[in-house]
Amino acid sequence: MSGVKGSIWRQVPLLVWLVVLWTLLWDEVSVLSVVTGILLALLVTRVFYLPPVELPDRVNPLGLVIFVGHFVFDLVRASFQVAWLAIDPRRVPTSSIVAVQLSTKSDLSLTLTALAVSLVPGSLVVEADRQDDILYLHVLGTETEADVEKARADVVAVEERIVRAIGSRDDVRRVNLSRAERSLGPVVTGRRQRAWEEQHPIIPVDQYPSEGGYPE
Amino acid sequence: MTADSWFDVASSACLLIGALLSLAAGIGLLRFPDALSRMHAATKPQIAGLAFILLAIALEQRNWGTISTLFLVMLFQMLTAPVAAHMVGRAAYRTRHLRRELLLTDELADVVDRASHDLATDPAKRPE
Repeated sequence: MSGVKGSIWRQVPLLVWLVVLWTLLWDEVSVLSVVTGILLALLVTRVFYLPPVELPDRVNPLGLVIFVGHFVFDLVRASFQVAWLAIDPRRVPTSSIVAVQLSTKSDLSLTLTALAVSLVPGSLVVEADRQDDILYLHVLGTETEADVEKARADVVAVEERIVRAIGSRDDVRRVNLSRAERSLGPVVTGRRQRAWEEQHPIIPVDQYPSEGGYPE
Repeated sequence: MTADSWFDVASSACLLIGALLSLAAGIGLLRFPDALSRMHAATKPQIAGLAFILLAIALEQRNWGTISTLFLVMLFQMLTAPVAAHMVGRAAYRTRHLRRELLLTDELADVVDRASHDLATDPAKRPE
């Protein structure tokens, strides 16, 4: 899939991040902190080797701002809701375990969606089905079926905001198709997305290469 | 009032909100009925509660050295808390530490039942 050169370039973002982390811990940018940071980053990535993460091939700064803003708002609002559920003396909250079918296929989008959903109080990822991209959530305070459907729709909305911000072209297409089924407009349009989709036609399931995985 | 005392007021307010959220988390831990619900109380107000307390420290100290460290504290808390909650939640579900009569729906039960049925009847489907 990728040669030695590819794998080194893929590690650069991780190395840069580790050096930044090291200088943040030292609270100062000096020759010593940066040099020891680079040495330590190289050592850590050699000793604790992790499989490289497929980084997305597009980033939308506006989408990122919208996602973070929404996330902070949800976090604070839901924190107070759960706090109130905890001290409300009148009742014991009813919960549900809800299955949410996601539309993306990439590790990064699935992980970020699960993280964002878990961080917002009231929902907890109990199980993740990587094969079929289903998240099973324990949702606190669902009194009616309508609350369950709302929880499901909220998770799908989080996934769509993440994909709009940093989803790969493939993720964007999957989300757009899933939204089209629900008669909603696409999250991302644009010349470059259309060009990518023309170059990478959808392969029917029965023609997938047997060696697993989605072709590059 | 001087700028400093305004910062003090904002900082105290943040500290108070953070403390109240943590108190609610403690009460939830005692009051919620089963392990899964308690996980919400144990892990969640901690995120916003901690955020408010870190914000209070940042407003008091106002220097980049402190703020960068607080940023890291928040970042690692946000990366690790969901993983811990997921591991405990998953174990709690599998070992049936939950009260089903308090669940409105359980869309995972069928999947788990089917998987264990497959394992019991068809050794070929047993994962390696």
